[in-house]
Amino acid sequence: MESILFYIFGGLTVATALGVVFFRNPISSAASLVLSFFGIAALYAMLNAHFLAVIQVLVYAGAIMVLFIFVIMLLNLQADELHEKPFPKIYLLLTGLVLLAFLFAFAQLFQSAQWIFPPISESFGSIKAVGRLLFTEYLVPFEYSSILLLVAVIAGVVLAKKEL
Amino acid sequence: MIGLQHYLIVSAILFAIGMAGLILRRNILVIFMSIELLLNATNLSFIAFSRFRGDMGGQVASFFVIAVAAAEAAVGLAIVIAIFRNRGTVKINELDLMKN
Repeated sequence: MESILFYIFGGLTVATALGVVFFRNPISSAASLVLSFFGIAALYAMLNAHFLAVIQVLVYAGAIMVLFIFVIMLLNLQADELHEKPFPKIYLLLTGLVLLAFLFAFAQLFQSAQWIFPPISESFGSIKAVGRLLFTEYLVPFEYSSILLLVAVIAGVVLAKKEL
Repeated sequence: MIGLQHYLIVSAILFAIGMAGLILRRNILVIFMSIELLLNATNLSFIAFSRFRGDMGGQVASFFVIAVAAAEAAVGLAIVIAIFRNRGTVKINELDLMKN
């Protein structure tokens, strides 16, 4: 059961990620990327990271992708702007070969190891457990990330102004 | 039985696809999306290792990666809008002011 779900969601994630690179239209790429993020969120849930799965859907598939689609529609690109030369065949071939070689090496490596997930407690990855960790051990980086987001807000406002 | 290695392979494939998009595509928006794919691939291996070791530090790390990705997307898209307003293009091979 678990392996069937893994292959479904892993396959969905990889297939839609390929769509991001190969679709010509940025809107199609963005829609494909949203599906890919949903697949990754499902994989997170299978890894007992329930909090991160929720955050993935809310922040990535929700906020960030809405921002992307909003900007794509705002720019309203014309057909000549979207036109790209097709990928050179030799590059595609090289990429595929390198990827296959890596996959083969990985498969060899992973056959020799049995990395089964150990049993864990019920609360692993729950909002309460991750939140407690975030506000005790990782409090300082957490506060820094709030400053980072503030800087990003100010930078976004300044960069998007009429007169740069 | 699904183990750590399966998740690492999915993560590696996602990273390779994102890298290919980063190198091959010419549209700056799609390049941004490929960067998001790269960040997600690293997040997936963070969380797989966190589950493997029974240590939630990996989940906190990928939480911070998501926060940085949100900031990066906001600033990056603002830069894309500014470039499009000034140069009228989003193709990176036409943005060559720094050449010569």
